[in-house]
Amino acid sequence: MLDKVLFYFFASIAVASAALMVTRRNVVHGAIFLITALLATAGIFLQLRAEFLFIVQIILYVGGIMVLFVFVIMLVNLDVALQQIQFARQKWVALFVALALAGQVGLMFWSSGKMPGQGLPVLTAAAATSLPPNSEEVAKSLFSSYLLPFEIASVLLLVAMIGAVVMAKKRV
Amino acid sequence: MMQALFQATIEFLKLYWAPLLCGVAIVAILPLIVGYIVLVERKLMADMQARLGPMRVGPHGLLQPIADAVKLLIKEDIIPDNADKLVFWLAPVLSVGAALLSIAGLAIGPAFQIAQDINIGILFVVGVSALGIFGIVLGGWASNSHYSLMGALRSSAQLVSYETAAGMALVSALLFTGTLNIKSIVQAQSNEGIWFVMLAPVAFFTYLVASIAETNRAPFDLPEAESELVAGYMTEFSGFRWSLYFLAEYANMIVVASVATTLFLGGWLRPFASVHGRPHLLNFLDFVPTFLMAAVGAYCIARAPKQPTRVQQLFMLAVAGLCNVVGLALLAPVVVSIAKPFYAGVHGGFWFIFKVSLYIYFFMWLRFTIPRYRFDQLMRLGWHFLIPLSIINVLFVGIALIAGSYFHLQGWGLLLVTTPAAVITLCAALLILAAEKGRDKRQEPNAASDFYAG
Repeated sequence: MLDKVLFYFFASIAVASAALMVTRRNVVHGAIFLITALLATAGIFLQLRAEFLFIVQIILYVGGIMVLFVFVIMLVNLDVALQQIQFARQKWVALFVALALAGQVGLMFWSSGKMPGQGLPVLTAAAATSLPPNSEEVAKSLFSSYLLPFEIASVLLLVAMIGAVVMAKKRV
Repeated sequence: MMQALFQATIEFLKLYWAPLLCGVAIVAILPLIVGYIVLVERKLMADMQARLGPMRVGPHGLLQPIADAVKLLIKEDIIPDNADKLVFWLAPVLSVGAALLSIAGLAIGPAFQIAQDINIGILFVVGVSALGIFGIVLGGWASNSHYSLMGALRSSAQLVSYETAAGMALVSALLFTGTLNIKSIVQAQSNEGIWFVMLAPVAFFTYLVASIAETNRAPFDLPEAESELVAGYMTEFSGFRWSLYFLAEYANMIVVASVATTLFLGGWLRPFASVHGRPHLLNFLDFVPTFLMAAVGAYCIARAPKQPTRVQQLFMLAVAGLCNVVGLALLAPVVVSIAKPFYAGVHGGFWFIFKVSLYIYFFMWLRFTIPRYRFDQLMRLGWHFLIPLSIINVLFVGIALIAGSYFHLQGWGLLLVTTPAAVITLCAALLILAAEKGRDKRQEPNAASDFYAG
């Protein structure tokens, strides 16, 4: 019961703030709602007893990336940006992506054999005691089964970072 | 629907009533503690500047925090006309909320921890307390004032820069434990019989510097540098909102001090905790808490006759009485056999708070000793010195640990491999500094004029 209430609590916050984030004209308000959506997603991770994902979501996305987002938003000239209509050309692409996503969700309901409303497929968490320690498990799978993809991803990120520095600075 | 919600609430309360009560207690007591930390800071500042400090309210200014709190609460609450009202309201709440939430993860002694035994322990504390930055950034933006915005930008740049160094310092200490759980971290130090500050001194130094920068304390208090930015991000805030920011800043100090204490200074462990319970000369340390309390009490009694009014004399004696009662409470678990089970909780709490106080005292001491850095100096210290140093340190601590397990070293024996690692790291640091000097000579002197440098 508690699980379900917590899930719907966080999920509704996430969806509502994601919608608000897209519709706000003020960029800083949008950023605040994005932060709320990310925090609510972290809450869902925690409800599923994935503590490590929860805290990584908070440290990386909220505490790291969003701080930089807000930092950049404050540096650009907001008054000019507010007057322009931005990203208008992507309307049809956006419609297509939204339809595809809706189709995916519908397919999930259809394949699970349950219609929306009669027993939504809510992810329920196992009891905390029956699970192995979360951060240890993540570390084990990252550094044993998925070592190569992990290393490739980190090299990719490093390349991207160095590339950004080189492009931003004329004289290194 | 309503009944389901009600049932869920009951279920929640049944499981978590004790942590909830502790949380409420923390929220209630923390402002008082912060008030007295401020009093200590003012007294210390006065002492270093050969003054007396607050003396009027209560004997030796002992009631000054309460007077300050009342003053702040009844001050006029001003919201600037062009401010973003909602964000202006939200920002200080965010700041103080993040700081208070992260205290929930700390273990003050083995017996007292609100969020008990969470697997991600130290990460939770560090990650959640870092969210307080949004309070500062959004507050600075919402005020719609240039000074505030400058302060906010400086603050976020500073936090992002120094969090990396602090995180790396934490990593090199965590390498010794292999766990993030706070109780297990302290347990590991107890098992090894040595604090991690000895095994990873460079990491401790890095964390010390980075934590000063993260809490916006002098000499790195650029976001609120009064000579350049009035009061930085707090410029437009007044009364209760301002005091929330103040509360958050000091709560953050307590949090970083607690993290440093837990990871590097043995948490709630007594010095030489491994000989406890055996007949040993060093066990006189069990009496140190009582002795300290008795000494403070005796000082209060000695000063009491010199107070100007009768009320103040009585107050002084009451403080002395309180100190002695606490001292006796600390003595009981050592001497009386019935009270023995309370030893770990009571003395653990004392040593933890004692170490945290020393750490905060060191912060204050630095504040009145070292002049403020310039912003480009601060950035350069972070990016060109601390971050490389901390990365090199992680590398060499790792190598030392592998060597230690190869030679089957434990406890104090680990010093044989970690000390050379620390020395090599320090040599690398000197090389970095030398390279920096060489670079300075090649560059034109005003290369570092960032536009947010004030």
